Parts: sequence; C-alpha cells; structure tokens
Amino acid sequence: MFDKEKLRKVTEERKRWESETVPKWIQTKPERQPEFYTISEIPVKRLYTPEDIRDLDYMRDLGFPGEYPFTRGIHATMYRGRIWTMRQFSGFGTAEQTNQRFKYLLKEGETGLSIAFDYPTIMGYDSDHPMARGEVGKCGVAVSSLKDMEILFDGIPLEKVTTSMTINGPTSMILAMYIAVGDKQGVPREKLGGTVQNDMLKEFIAQKLVIFPPRPSVKLVCDVIEFCVKNLPKWNPISISGYHIREAGANAVQELAFTLADGITYVEAMLERGLKVDDFAHRLSFFFASHNNFFEEIAKFRAARRMWAKIMKERFGAKNPRSMWMRMHVQTSGCTLTAQQPLNNIVRVTLQALAAVLGGTQSLHTNSFDEALALPSELAVRVALRTQQIIAYESGVADIIDPLGGSYYVEWLTNEMEERAWEYIHKIEDMGGVIEAIEKGWLQQEIANSAYKYQREVDMKKRIIVGVNEYTTEEHGEVPLLRIDPKVEEEQIARLQKVKRERDNQKVRQILQKLHDEAEKNVNLMPTVIEAVKAYATLGEICDVLREVYGVYKEMIII
Amino acid sequence: MAERKIRVLIAKPGLDSHDRGAKIVARALRDAGMEVIYTGLRQTPEQIVETVIQEDVDVIGLSILSGAHMALFPRIMELLREKGVKDVLVFAGGIIPDEDVPKLKEIGIKEIFGPGTPTDVIVKYVKENAPKRT
Amino acid sequence: MLRKTPLKELENRVKGLIEIEKLIKGILAGEKRSIARAITLIENNGETAQKIISAIYPYTGKAYIIGITGPAGSGKSTLIEKIVKELRKTGKTVGIVAVDPTSPFTGGAFLGDRIRMQNLSLDEGVFIRSMASRNSLGGLAKATKNTVRILDASGKDYIIVETVGAGQLEVDIVKVAHTVIVVLAPGFGDEIQAIKAGLMEIGDIFVINKADRENADRAVIDLLSALELNTHKTWKPPVIKTVALTGEGVNELLKAIEEHKKYLQTRAFDEKRRKKVEAELLEAINQRITDTLIAELKKEGKLEELIRKIMNREVDPYSIAEEILKEKISKK
Repeated sequence: MFDKEKLRKVTEERKRWESETVPKWIQTKPERQPEFYTISEIPVKRLYTPEDIRDLDYMRDLGFPGEYPFTRGIHATMYRGRIWTMRQFSGFGTAEQTNQRFKYLLKEGETGLSIAFDYPTIMGYDSDHPMARGEVGKCGVAVSSLKDMEILFDGIPLEKVTTSMTINGPTSMILAMYIAVGDKQGVPREKLGGTVQNDMLKEFIAQKLVIFPPRPSVKLVCDVIEFCVKNLPKWNPISISGYHIREAGANAVQELAFTLADGITYVEAMLERGLKVDDFAHRLSFFFASHNNFFEEIAKFRAARRMWAKIMKERFGAKNPRSMWMRMHVQTSGCTLTAQQPLNNIVRVTLQALAAVLGGTQSLHTNSFDEALALPSELAVRVALRTQQIIAYESGVADIIDPLGGSYYVEWLTNEMEERAWEYIHKIEDMGGVIEAIEKGWLQQEIANSAYKYQREVDMKKRIIVGVNEYTTEEHGEVPLLRIDPKVEEEQIARLQKVKRERDNQKVRQILQKLHDEAEKNVNLMPTVIEAVKAYATLGEICDVLREVYGVYKEMIII
Repeated sequence: MAERKIRVLIAKPGLDSHDRGAKIVARALRDAGMEVIYTGLRQTPEQIVETVIQEDVDVIGLSILSGAHMALFPRIMELLREKGVKDVLVFAGGIIPDEDVPKLKEIGIKEIFGPGTPTDVIVKYVKENAPKRT
Repeated sequence: MLRKTPLKELENRVKGLIEIEKLIKGILAGEKRSIARAITLIENNGETAQKIISAIYPYTGKAYIIGITGPAGSGKSTLIEKIVKELRKTGKTVGIVAVDPTSPFTGGAFLGDRIRMQNLSLDEGVFIRSMASRNSLGGLAKATKNTVRILDASGKDYIIVETVGAGQLEVDIVKVAHTVIVVLAPGFGDEIQAIKAGLMEIGDIFVINKADRENADRAVIDLLSALELNTHKTWKPPVIKTVALTGEGVNELLKAIEEHKKYLQTRAFDEKRRKKVEAELLEAINQRITDTLIAELKKEGKLEELIRKIMNREVDPYSIAEEILKEKISKK
C-alpha cells in the first residue's frame, strides 16, 4: 500500500527513534509497565506506523461501505443515512409494568423494543411452577401465556415497531405469541419486524439457560429459522451471540472466534435441511458485547464483518451480497460495571457505546449505571438512552463512515484479531465442530480459564478497576433502586389461573397431543406451536411436552 | 492421621444461571487446598440442604444474582435448622442489595461478598472461619 | 504406672464414646447425617475411624458393589443416574461414591460428579458422597473401602463407586467392586490407547456410551478386538451400547450386571474375596507397623539422623530397615 522507498525510510527513522529518542526519554521517565496487552493478551507496542500495515491491500482488505468485504460497514451510507437503532433491553414485573416501561422508552426516543423475560419464562416454566417461586418478574417480564403478550403490547402497534426478544429455549412459543398478537392486531405477517435470539449453542457454552440437550435444541433453532424465512421475511430468526460468551469471561478474540464458529455451525445445520445458503443467510444476525479496551473492541467489530463476509462467500458460496452482511446488535458489557461508585458506570458505558458506533453496529443497547445493583430505574435507563443520543447527535462521529479506517493501529489490530480468531476456529473444526467441542467441555474450559485469569489480574492489581481496587471510597453512595413488588408473583399466578379456567381445555389437550406426536417425528413444530398459544396453552405446558420427548439437559461442570 | 480438609459446597439456588463468579470462587478455594463440591445450576433449597447433609460440608457458599435471594435463602436456612445441621459456615455472594444484608445476617448468613470482592478475601475468610470439627 | 488424667480429658473421652455409639446406631439405621459424619471421620483416618469400622464390620457383606470408571466426558455420571433410576424402580436402595483427583500442587479438589446425579439427591433411597483422592494411593483405597462398608452397613443394596479412570490410582479403587464397568465414548481414540493397559484388564463389562454417534459401531469393533487379547479370563466381558441421555441400553446393562453377579456366585467368588481380604489385612498390618515404628523413631529423635546417614551415602535404606526390624520387632 505504500511506496517501497518511502517505507524503507520510515523503517530507518523508526529504528533511530527507538534507539535514540525513546531510550533517552525512558531513562528519566520509565513507562508505566514493562509490557502492555489488550484483554485478549495481544501485545501492543507504543507506536504503530505504516510498516505495520505494509501488506494491507485497500480493495482486498477494506473495500467500500456496502461492498465486499464490508470491513468498513455493511451499508453504503451507514449512519449518514440512518442512525443505529437505539434498542434498550427492558422488562420486569408484570406485562403491564413492562408495557409502561416500553412506552416510556419510546417516548424518550428509543427506536426499537427489546424484551427481557424473567427466569421462569426463559426456562420454560409458568409463573406458578415450584421452580418459579421468588423469581417471577425479578429479572424480566413474566410471560406464561398469550394473554401476557397481549398486555405487553397493548397500545403498541406491531407494524410500527421492531421488537427484539431475548429468548432461547422457548423461542418457538414466545415467537408464536408475538405472531398471534400481530394476527390479532391485523398486521400482515410479512410486515412483522424484529429478532428472536434463538441461539442455543451459546447457551451450552456460556449462558446456560438450557432446557433440552444439544441436538434437539439445534433442531428447534433451525425450525424457527426455516419458518421465518418462509413466512416472516422481515424477521431475524436468530441473533448469533458473542455477548454472553464474553460476559462469562471470554476475551475479545475468543468472543469473536466462538461466535463465528457458532454461525458456521448454524449455516451447516440449515444446509443439511436442504435449504440453499442464499435462501436464509440474509436473515442471520449477530450480537456482540462492547467491553473496555476501546480499540480492541472496534477492531473486533471490523474483523467480524470481514471474516463473516469471507466465510459466507468463500466457504459457503453465497452469491447474494446480503447473505454476506454481518448485521449486528451490540450491548455494552454488563460485567465491567461496578457496584462501587455507580455513577462511574456512565463513563464506562459511554466509551463502550462509542466503540460500538465507531465499529459500525446496526443496533445498540447501553447499560444503565445501576447495572450492578438492580434492574434499571427510570432515571438510569434514561441516562443510558441519552448517552446514545448524545453520541449520535452531538459528537459528530456518526457523520463519517468508519472514521478509524486507515489508522495504523486499528488496521493492524483488526488483522491481528482476525488471524487469532481463525486459529481458534480451525482448532474447533479439528475437534469436530462446535457441538463436539461443547461436549468435550473445551469451549467452556477456555472461557473459565480466561475468567479466572482476569480475576487474578484484578486481585493482584495488575488490572485496575476504578473504584474497586483503586480510587476507592468508604462512602456508600445511595442511588434510587428499582424494587420488584412481591405482589407481582401473586398477580401473575392469579392471571394464569384465570386463563386456564377460561380457555377451552379440551382443545388445549388435543393440540398438545398433536405437538407431542409431531415432536417425535422430524417435523417443523412452529405451526402447531402457534396453534397451541392461540388456544392459550401456557408456555410451561408446551415446554413440558417437548421435555418429555427430548429429555432435559444437565451441564458438564468446568471451572 | 490424614490431614483434615475443609469441605465447601458452592451452590446456585433458583433459576439464576450466572455462574462465572461461583466457578471462580470454587476454583480459588480448590487452589487454596479445599475440597469443593459444586452442585451446578438450578438447585432447590431442598436439594442444597440434602447435599449439605450427605457431603458433610463445613462451609456453604450461596451464589445468586437474580434477586430471588429473599425468597430462597430463608428457606435454605430454615431447612438446615429443621434437619439439625449445625456447625456449618454459610456465606453468600452475587447481587444482593445492601439493605437486604442485615436481614440475611439475622437468619444466619455470616457474610455477604458483593461484586468486586477480591477472591483472596473470600478464601481467607473461609480458611479462618470454617468450623474446626474433630 | 497410673497416669493422672485430667477430669476434662476423661469427660471428653466419655463424651466421645457416647458420640461414637450414637453414630454407629445411626449408620445401622440408615440415618443420613450419621452416615455422612462417619464417612468424614473415615476420610480423616483418626482413632475414631478405627472404632467405627470395627463396630460396623460384622454388618457388612450384603451390598453388591459396582465400580464404574472411564475417561472424563464418557458420560459415566449420566449413566449412573439412569442405572440408579432403574434400580430404584425395583425398590433397591443405592449408595454412590464419586471419586475425583486431588491436585498434587494445591492439595485441593473439585468434586463435580454429583451434578449429573442431583435429581437423585432428594430420593430417600439414594446416598451420594463425593470423595477426593487426597494424594495418597493407599489412603484413598482404604477410605473408599471403608466408605463402602459404611454404606453397606447402613443397608444399601447396591453401592456404586465412580472414578475417572485415568491412572493407576483409579484402577486400584475399582478393585473394591464385585463388578467393574468401563465406560467409553466413541471418538476417544488416543485416550483409549492411553488407558488401554489398566482398564482393559479390570473391566468385567464394557460400555460404549453416546452410541447414537456415527463412530459408535467402529468403537465397539475396536474394543472387541482389544478384548480378544485377554484370553486368561473365564468371563467374557460383554460390550454394551448405551445412550445415557435417553436411557437407551441401560436395561441391557443391568442384565449384564446380573449375569456377572450370577457368574461370580457360581465360580471363583470366594477365591476372589479371599485374595482381597488377604491383601487388605496385609495392608492394614503394614500400615500400622510402619506408622508405629516411624512415630517411635521420631519420638526418639532418630529419624532425621538416619535420613542424614543415607543422604551422606554412609548406609543404604534397606540396611537401616533391617536394623530397625532387628531392634524393634524381633526383640519383642
């Protein structure tokens, strides 16, 4: 990319600088550490020059936004055309309470909805299940039947919003409920827009919200993808996630590699079903974290786009450019936020959000400053939303596409992350693929090791966390916390019982039997699940049928 | 006579699936020479207490980030009492608001380690406070 | 010579004896807390351990002991859960001892086998105990044997001893059992090579778990040909395919266990048992003599000097042993 002669001169001068200027300086002012590393243990030099990107080929490695390999962005105008979607993950208590929070956020300027479900819902239990005791509405909204979903979207027209639903095991049921609400509102299914997370591989690897064993879980994932591709053309039937892998302790390279490996696995699973890659690949979407090391995160996002484009084109032979787009949602990293001096978290989130924007995300959630204490209060979530709005409208960074493109460091780091991620992906393939690696416990061990290492660094003060192991204060700052009313559980249970009383129980039994029979064959279950939810079969009832057929999974413990 | 080892149960009550911290603590305690039994996720109070009895542990560490601690911890402490389990140190960690701490201490949870607690602090605490049984 | 024993110490001794009485009664009644406490005392191998074993020994010998071993990830714990479920259906009670290695560097251990069997923890007829190897070859074998005895005396019909099966240590442990089951999973390739030596010899039944995998049949063939080489056995170990996750093959496995049980009862059962008892007696005597002698030497302050002499190459360890024998044992 550079003139050979000029580059040689740079090298010469750089060597001189390193042997003369720098040592003189270091003699009296030593550097803060003997060595510097990113969180993924990539060593970083004090300076990057054209030498570090001498082999960079602009057209091959960067290209133009909206064109292969999409390193600089998947859209030709990026944020000059449309600001990223501001989509705040929310949910708590009853459907009414969450409906209120949705309306509040929409009023305050969020541009997409994102639902957080409570633990019982996520695990396929109704609010009255013994395992649900004490958990109803605590970490998200309780949804046990279509009735709850109807209340959740009361006054919110589904053709006017896009909704992301963080649900995995019970994806079919929750999506079915959303579709049912749309049907009731009279919205044509082709107009429904949104996402279901529906990524079971990362559950086995990191988040552990697993109901059924690996193979049936992947089958259910593919059922949803296939159904949506045929019936809900605007819907993203999967959000292949690295966020949870990162939060469980993986470093940036691992997050990148494992997510792409999961993506490859899903593509292969869909191809095995007989679909062509261009039939479904354009609807795959991704979800990453944005963590503390600013430039590492930006490089990660860029590398991810380029790698996925290559994978789709070269490995899977995709012809449609849209099949090669890596469309991503990013959430700022929850695990980096502290309980001590919570207001500091606003700063962390700002930097992480900025990295996501400079990294070219399509959609963004910013955490609230009370993240380590409770679910977001109205004040905290508003500040989080404002953070995005200030970046979008005041900072000017959204007015240029990929402004860091060409930076010696960022381009070098993007290459470096890509190379290291490929190594991991090849290792996983040598092992026989992601499912093999999960069953061997290899991925989980990598993550546990990274998590432990990170904690040791913090314990030994090799890694500073402001307010926690340095710059601490004794005072306990009071921030107003959101508290979930214990009555929520009672209310939910009462509503559930009412639904069960008022529905046609015979019809429900029939449909559940039908579902049981279909689950034992290799049939796409979505249509029957939709039927079931419309008859007000509950989430738990439907999941129980599948539990019977597929069995229940017990994880392998790796520390 | 063989050396006495401190036996610790690390438990995740309820549906909370965040196990990064629990596993780090388990590993740290193991690296400090203790025998650590980890029950895995989604344990009911009944399962936890049964495990305490059968494994005859000296220490119990409860990890929870879902906000369900005020429903689950009292049940666990009640069961321990009912079953006559004495002489066991119980501590907890996770996301537990400051205002709940006094109530939990009242029911017998000796110490609560919030986010940001250095692992060494937990290890030291367990070493120094584990009951010394013969 | 009468020693003046302080009253407090006497009190404690009496208390201790009463505690032991209670403990033993509890064990025989199948009371969980007593069983658990006794196992801890066994592991710590103090005086009380000895007393407990002496007291319950007459009540042992009724349980049928199954050893289950195999490489990590082969699905042993999941399989055990299924086996136990089936046994429980017939009303049999089960004790499970899950052994994991102690880290030689830190002395600590991570005991995670229980997790796959946690559903059983609330079953009154099942007792699960996790045990760490504690870095003492002989010590673990003794602790495991005695733990099995406690579970036996408490009335368990079956006792399952589970180990990882990666080394000699584990191979020793499963010798405690009547029937030894080796669990493998297809695709373990190199690992099978590595463990072939020990496990091929001691397995009475072999299981290929995760048999729904493509390479399962290949694994069965490989295994059968490896077993061909063991011609000295009169019992031909069957190879059984299972899918522990779904329970497939478990009934077949239970049948094979019953077959082996019958075989043992009609053949060299007593001979095998005699050998085991002899080995344990020798070990017990050995341990006591060594412990006592070393304690005496230490008390006399002689141990360090002897070690020093050996290090200076003044004398070899074996001559020292002879000397000690002459001086301390032959004399009496």
